[in-house]
Amino acid sequence: MLSLTLREAISKLKDGSLSAAELCEKCVTRAKRVQELNFIVTENFSQSQREAVHSARLWSEYVSGRHNEWRKFGGIPFAIKDNFCTKDIRTTCASHILNNYVPPYTATVVQKLQDAGGVIIGKTNMDEFAMGAGSTDSIFGPVRNPWNYKFSQSGGEQDKTNYWHITGGSSGGSAVAVATGASFGAFGSDTGGSTRNPAAYCGVVGFKSTYGRLSRHGLIPLVNSLDVPGIFAKSVDDASLLFNAVAGHDTRDSTTVTDSMETFTLPDDISVKHLHIGIPKEYHAPGMSPCVLEAWRRAADLFERAGAKVSEVSLPHTQFSILCYSVLCCAEVASNMSRYDGIEYGHRAKNEDSTEELYAATRHEGFNDVVRGRILAGNFFLLKRNYDNFFIKAQKVRRLIAEDFRQVFGGGVDILLTPTTLTEAPTYSWFTEVDNRTRAEEQDVFTQPINLAGVPAITVPASLSQSGLPIGLQFIGPNFHDKEVLTVAKWFEQQTNFKRLDLSHLDKS
Amino acid sequence: MAAPMKICRFRSCALYSRIKSKPKHSHLYKHCRHNSTQENWKGVIGLEIHAQINTKSKLFSASSTAFGAPTNTQVSIFDAALPGTLPVLNGECVRAGVKTAIALNSKINKVSKFDRKHYFYADLPQGYQITQQRQPLAVGGEVEYILIDQNNRYVTKTARITQLQLEQDSGRSLHDEEGRQSLIDLNRAGIGLMEIVTEPDFENGIDCSSFVREVQLMMRQLQVCLGSFREGALRVDANISVHKPSEPLGVRSEVKNLGSLKDLRNAVDYEIKRQKSVLKNGGTVINETRTFDSESGKTIPMRDKERLQDYRFMPEPNLPPLYLYNNSTAAQSRDQNTTNIDEEIQNMPPLPRDVRNKLINDYNLSLRNVYVLVNEDKGVTFFNEVMKYSNSPPNFIANFIVNDLLGVFNANDIKIRNSPISPDILAEIVDIKESGYSTVAYCSQLVELYLKQDITERPKTVVDNNGWRQIVDTETLKPVCVKILEENPKLVKKYCKGKEDKALSSLLMKALNETQMKGHPVLMKKIFTELLEEQKQK
Repeated sequence: MLSLTLREAISKLKDGSLSAAELCEKCVTRAKRVQELNFIVTENFSQSQREAVHSARLWSEYVSGRHNEWRKFGGIPFAIKDNFCTKDIRTTCASHILNNYVPPYTATVVQKLQDAGGVIIGKTNMDEFAMGAGSTDSIFGPVRNPWNYKFSQSGGEQDKTNYWHITGGSSGGSAVAVATGASFGAFGSDTGGSTRNPAAYCGVVGFKSTYGRLSRHGLIPLVNSLDVPGIFAKSVDDASLLFNAVAGHDTRDSTTVTDSMETFTLPDDISVKHLHIGIPKEYHAPGMSPCVLEAWRRAADLFERAGAKVSEVSLPHTQFSILCYSVLCCAEVASNMSRYDGIEYGHRAKNEDSTEELYAATRHEGFNDVVRGRILAGNFFLLKRNYDNFFIKAQKVRRLIAEDFRQVFGGGVDILLTPTTLTEAPTYSWFTEVDNRTRAEEQDVFTQPINLAGVPAITVPASLSQSGLPIGLQFIGPNFHDKEVLTVAKWFEQQTNFKRLDLSHLDKS
Repeated sequence: MAAPMKICRFRSCALYSRIKSKPKHSHLYKHCRHNSTQENWKGVIGLEIHAQINTKSKLFSASSTAFGAPTNTQVSIFDAALPGTLPVLNGECVRAGVKTAIALNSKINKVSKFDRKHYFYADLPQGYQITQQRQPLAVGGEVEYILIDQNNRYVTKTARITQLQLEQDSGRSLHDEEGRQSLIDLNRAGIGLMEIVTEPDFENGIDCSSFVREVQLMMRQLQVCLGSFREGALRVDANISVHKPSEPLGVRSEVKNLGSLKDLRNAVDYEIKRQKSVLKNGGTVINETRTFDSESGKTIPMRDKERLQDYRFMPEPNLPPLYLYNNSTAAQSRDQNTTNIDEEIQNMPPLPRDVRNKLINDYNLSLRNVYVLVNEDKGVTFFNEVMKYSNSPPNFIANFIVNDLLGVFNANDIKIRNSPISPDILAEIVDIKESGYSTVAYCSQLVELYLKQDITERPKTVVDNNGWRQIVDTETLKPVCVKILEENPKLVKKYCKGKEDKALSSLLMKALNETQMKGHPVLMKKIFTELLEEQKQK
């Protein structure tokens, strides 16, 4: 039952061959069974099961014809990254500063999911305030990748070595929720690749739509001008279903596009014959593993053989992207984090000798050194004497990067094809050899230019590496061509026939 | 979220050191005009007016702006800076800003932007204020206002506006010094403010307060700001320096948060005096932030350890640029809540200056009368109403209202807008005075009477019933005058010796008393003169 995609599950719920209550029950059982991956930080199992039972009743009324209305996601379990505000469910951003924080409201995209009947099984683990690319820097500890993972026997102990693989990040918990079958979809956030990176490492689909299509109201920001709610799904169709359910203008987020959006369903019969696929030469980056390069090459060949025009293109300012990203990210982080002072909510230190001391102690205790480091750097970049040299320059570079994409798409390219990550998922042992900043810079190399440009991109699992770890490829399209990106991704998915992670053996033990 | 928030408490001592020493518009001071050649120290002042925008809801949230609500009951999730909340611009605040900019003759930017200004303070929940630093709503402009100069003359003057920007108000900190704790009230946090920055065009306290009064009247007329200092709807910062007119501008100090016109006037004058005396004694004025203590009438330096504070401005990423439209571009706007500048211009009510000009052109009123009528809330309306019922000349009516009526009103702490005397009653009293039906003294008494008692009779009837009619027949008055002369031989002698005026006025006073103030003074004076001249001949 847990091997079903969201689309399949919906059709089974609709024809009555599947019970929503049972489905949720199965997901909860799976979530508990793979708990040692440390992907959920706040469980919402019993509440989600209650809601699923209610949905099951509604479905049976629908199936028996007593009702002709149905809620698309009635009773289906989803997982939500712990930086989306959820009314009455603790929302921590995996940080001490919000360890006790229970929001009084729900983020727009989560609300839309719930309005469509979706249930939240839990809030997922992440890097503190989404700052990281490993899901290793959380007050709740690192998230573990389910691929190649030696699960303990029931009641047994967790793998004590550090040779398990990381999930990537920062939305690692949400990626695991979908990869393990514990949920039928999940929200993450994507600021520089935080959805696509863990999706690639965990062998699931990760979609970052055009900036402005999905509301950020209730998403605790990392970088407001780059953040996009990210969608994790088992298939491209599922990602499309979720996107269509939650996209659109939100009066509470002034940066959402006001044009009305036409919802769409992806066709099953897709042709790529007249497409022009661009291969950006700058993405042949040092450090790329041979299996990633091989997967990328095979995909390009696949498109060519299917009649698409495949050609090398150039995004010349790519090399400056990571530095530009660092400056803009730190600057907005410094600003966004200034509200955490312990006065209105969140952690408050005991040192109340003066306001300044209270603030300093609260913030020192509340944030990890990654967050504090970015705040320090960001405040430095924003100083009057540095503003023009850092912030303004970074904004100019950002414009050049966006212009690169505009040029390429304006020149006839429909979709860009790139790897999502340099390698397959590294081990925790290797990943933690160096600091968060170094890792984030190397991990986000193929993903963050897309955020700077605001364009839509999706990662789709392509194949397994020799060691049996998933490899993801990324499709990038022009602004507001979300449907086209999804369609091409779906065609690729159809060709590759990637075998999703099967953990059904865990149910037996 | 209308639910009350907990009152946050924490002990504090450093709170008292809060400084918001913004980098001020130093470039402006280059353009100062010198119009005096005297080598005396002269004050140069620029102002920043913070006016709370009179809208139902806050600048970026839907919570109410009502004054005086219980603490922390008008706080939305955005106002409390809960994580994940985003600002949504209130179109009514934009319209208020545009109206004000039109009234200030400013150039309105078709595209303006919002910025974050960072500083840590307990009543600033976001850790930054959203303001318009780089591209404000409007730039430039000028305001004409009336000023009483040193010689007590009413003159018109013009001051230049630098810019008008929209920004958020902060919350309020209530300090309990005994319990060493601070309480935070966020009801005010996020209310829309218009900050109006002027060029350094002012010379002294009365100059500053006259200007602010004009802007206050203007905003009330536009209904964009209720303009009450007492409720904190208006706060003024003054940048003050002194220099000799032929020399460059001096170093300025900034006096923050002046909460009344009187404080503004006194603070500016005190600060000019202080700076002059520092300089005369060979000292130097330092660039600092000061506060005004209205009890001692002095400005005091604020503990200024944060003077070099860097506000780390950056663009507000959650708000798109603010676009404004006119008749030719309005159709392009997809947003229904946009502001059309042309429409706002068309719907402008008459501004105080227009009202003054109309009074001068239509009725030839004196500048003083015009000034007082326009400055009084509903003063002009009241005047126009009285005009409808009265047959007296306009300036006579204006004089009566400004001198007789307001004299009594001020003494009794009554405002024209709440006048217990209706315009038609007042018109009759004015006419009684103008026609000489009764005397000046009884007209004042009539005003007092109508003010203090509920009288149903018309003023003329009151005059008749009380026998307050002026005595205007020579037959009645002449015997009185004769009697006074007989009783005062010394005064007669004085008159004959050549001190005519003094003697006459003393005699007249006595005669008036004799008639219970009902005798016609001019007539009696004439009679006295005739009688005395007769005596002189003898």
